[in-house]
Amino acid sequence: MFGKLTLSAIPFDQPIPLISGGVVVLLVLAVLAWIVIKGHLPYLWSEWITSVDHKRIGVMYMFLALLMLLRGFADALMMRGQQAVALHSNGFLPPEHYNQVFSAHGTIMIFFVAMPFVIGLMNLVVPLQLGVRDVAFPTLNSVGFWLTATGALLVNLSLIVGEFARTGWLPYPPLSELTYSPGVGVDYYLWALQISGIGTLVSGVNLTTTVLKMRTKGMALLRMPIFCWTTLASNLLIIAAFPILTATLAMLILDRYLGFHFFTNDGGGNVMMFMNLIWAWGHPEVYILVLPAFGVYSEVVPTFSGKPLFGYRSMVLATMAICIISFMVWLHHFFTMGAGPEVNAIFGIASMIIAVPTGVKIYNWLFTMYGGRVRFTTPMLWSLGFMVTFILGGLTGVLVAVPPADFLLHNSLFLVAHFHNVIIGGVLFGAFAGYTYWFPKAFGFRLHEGWGKAAFWFWLIGFYVAFMPLYAVGFLGMTRRMQHYDVPEWRPWLLVAGVGAILILIGILCQITQLVVSISRREELRDHTGDPWDGRSLEWATASPPPVFNFAVTPDVTGEDAYWLIKAHAKQQGLEAKAPDYRDIEMPKNSPTGFVSAFFATIMGFALIWHIWWMVIAGFIGAFATFVAFAWRDHDEYVIPAAEVERIDRANIEERRGLVTIAGGA
Amino acid sequence: MSAVEMAHGHADPHHLHPVEHEGPAPKRIVTGFGFWIFLLSDIVMFSCFFATYAVLAGQTNGGPSGAQLFDLKNVAIETALLLLSSFTCGMASIAADLRNFLWFQVSMAVTAVLGAGFLVLEAIEFIDLVERGAGPSRSAFLSSFFSLVGCHGLHVTAGILWLLTMMAQVVAKGFRADIQRRILCFALFWHALDIIWVAVFSVVYLLGSAA
Repeated sequence: MFGKLTLSAIPFDQPIPLISGGVVVLLVLAVLAWIVIKGHLPYLWSEWITSVDHKRIGVMYMFLALLMLLRGFADALMMRGQQAVALHSNGFLPPEHYNQVFSAHGTIMIFFVAMPFVIGLMNLVVPLQLGVRDVAFPTLNSVGFWLTATGALLVNLSLIVGEFARTGWLPYPPLSELTYSPGVGVDYYLWALQISGIGTLVSGVNLTTTVLKMRTKGMALLRMPIFCWTTLASNLLIIAAFPILTATLAMLILDRYLGFHFFTNDGGGNVMMFMNLIWAWGHPEVYILVLPAFGVYSEVVPTFSGKPLFGYRSMVLATMAICIISFMVWLHHFFTMGAGPEVNAIFGIASMIIAVPTGVKIYNWLFTMYGGRVRFTTPMLWSLGFMVTFILGGLTGVLVAVPPADFLLHNSLFLVAHFHNVIIGGVLFGAFAGYTYWFPKAFGFRLHEGWGKAAFWFWLIGFYVAFMPLYAVGFLGMTRRMQHYDVPEWRPWLLVAGVGAILILIGILCQITQLVVSISRREELRDHTGDPWDGRSLEWATASPPPVFNFAVTPDVTGEDAYWLIKAHAKQQGLEAKAPDYRDIEMPKNSPTGFVSAFFATIMGFALIWHIWWMVIAGFIGAFATFVAFAWRDHDEYVIPAAEVERIDRANIEERRGLVTIAGGA
Repeated sequence: MSAVEMAHGHADPHHLHPVEHEGPAPKRIVTGFGFWIFLLSDIVMFSCFFATYAVLAGQTNGGPSGAQLFDLKNVAIETALLLLSSFTCGMASIAADLRNFLWFQVSMAVTAVLGAGFLVLEAIEFIDLVERGAGPSRSAFLSSFFSLVGCHGLHVTAGILWLLTMMAQVVAKGFRADIQRRILCFALFWHALDIIWVAVFSVVYLLGSAA
């Protein structure tokens, strides 16, 4: 009846997952109960869950990312705690549990923190920057989000029902094959990633089409803000790379479920093929994450330097160069696995070459600041922190791109320090910069600066204290993923790293406080004009938060830094006295399609993990019925009358008039 | 579809773009473009299965090789069915453009029958192989063969399900603009499956039989 699922799947004998899982379940239930009792459910359903508004979907992506950051960070704390005490002892985490913790940490941080964070930022900002009212496929966008959420749900479900993979964040065979991982852990990993991978692909198709086909009048490609360019590059990579992940995981699924021989030791299977395929996705994935972050810095640095971005065209070129070269370096993830000196040399050189366009970007940001009047706000601090930290991470990256050096450093903690250096220093700092920078756009009030700065400094210092020791201990020969060790020289470094993790914890607590304080003091932090930072691109040309249709009248773009040009024009001429020509606006209706498909995807995923075949069929029929029902809809748009558009817009124009006068008088 | 959208959709392809970008493209273009991108991603996925097949084709694990297993006559009929179905699918697209209900339904029905015939032949081939002890768990070669060809077969199955919903939608809703856009996407999908089959036919069956 229930396949492999029995009551013994719930880990009654392991207090740590049981208690933490129980607490999470209680918290979720409490939040749900509060929502229902307070009567917020209809609001939540109609304004958020079924929303196809790209801004709302973007916010939900980021909310998911922040929640999962807490989960992933809890795993990190456990690992640092374990390694701080596990000299000549077993610590507090048994090996099978420790292996699940580091696997879940990597999986969650990449797929359910970094990915949703950058996709959320792109969703929120790109249509606004392009000066359009919507994305290309609003309902599919919602489907994409909810499928990502399904994946996150399944991964977290494994905490209390069954187990998670013990194979690391990439399930290398033969360890991940049925012979060596007979439990459901790898299956949780596989189905969670297949489902959320479909969500990511949908999002990639949507955003690519949006950037290429949905720009406002006059927004030629070479007038787009760099964030739109990096979004384009990142989503092109999603389209080209995520199908590889889907195919690879499908092969592993076939091996595990139907006895195929893709990656098995017997039957002629080829383990190296998995390494090649997974990294042919995995390396572009790194750039899928970091390119949007580069885009954020390219918006933040000019805004807070009061200057146009230095070398706009070289920035575009560098972005697209990275987009292409990122597909030619995957083998550097397994130099040690016997490809031979010629192949290793080619991939080593390609890996060093990709540092060149990245270097171009760094110089562009530096020259943008040079001679500018730099305002050291929180987003700018994150950007500066990034530049210093990322250069360090890039240099250690070039070091491990040298095959002979890599032979010594492969799978050591040096490597762990390197990729945390680029992912925290590059992607996460960028995500936080974007979060602080665009928060007022999304919600209409700024985040508290003091707590934001405190969070930045704790994160920055915490990062260095946590990861610089790992470089050192990597040189001392410590390999990654060790549950316990017998070398006393490593211990002091690991203790320091543990202190760093605690500093980062304080940083995260500061961020939570910042959010709470900002919400409670939102009136004094209110952004009345829609342009709190004296911005340069079109998202600042509309109210904060923007109306559902984004722009009452879609802007006409005449050059780079579109909104800056509009402002300069208004300062010379005054706001035009003539009232804009308001028209009726058609917007897509809300749709529960995304939520309902995710519901059935969750059922199907869970049933596939536990081999409950009737439930798989039921889930499939439900999903197909949803598809047909969605195809059968008659009216998917509603009209906002011109008078209503005018009423909403007039309020914002009044606020903005003050902005221009003050700026003009200064 | 409004007259304005039609005008955009059928604009002279040789017309040079003006210097100024004109604003968001009409829906038909956006939908078609998005679906093209999806198809490209699908082709990337297939290329992984092709690459895997190329790596594993020699790994027969002491079992039968392609030359011993493949029945080119069967495959030739399969190919003929699928290519013909692409033709009838094209007829359906023309009928949809002309808003000819009868010809649309007839062409789609023939497409479905041809597609189903292809699937039946493929199923017979697969069952026969399994009965001869050459199932997918026999060797890495057969694993990759069944996955590649089966993946294409699954796509055809999904295509037929989609085709049937399109026929029903035209019955229920007529040739509305959004239905026309879906017909466009379906046709792209069906033709793409044909292209992939040509690659399967060449790489798997022709090269495999020669070896």
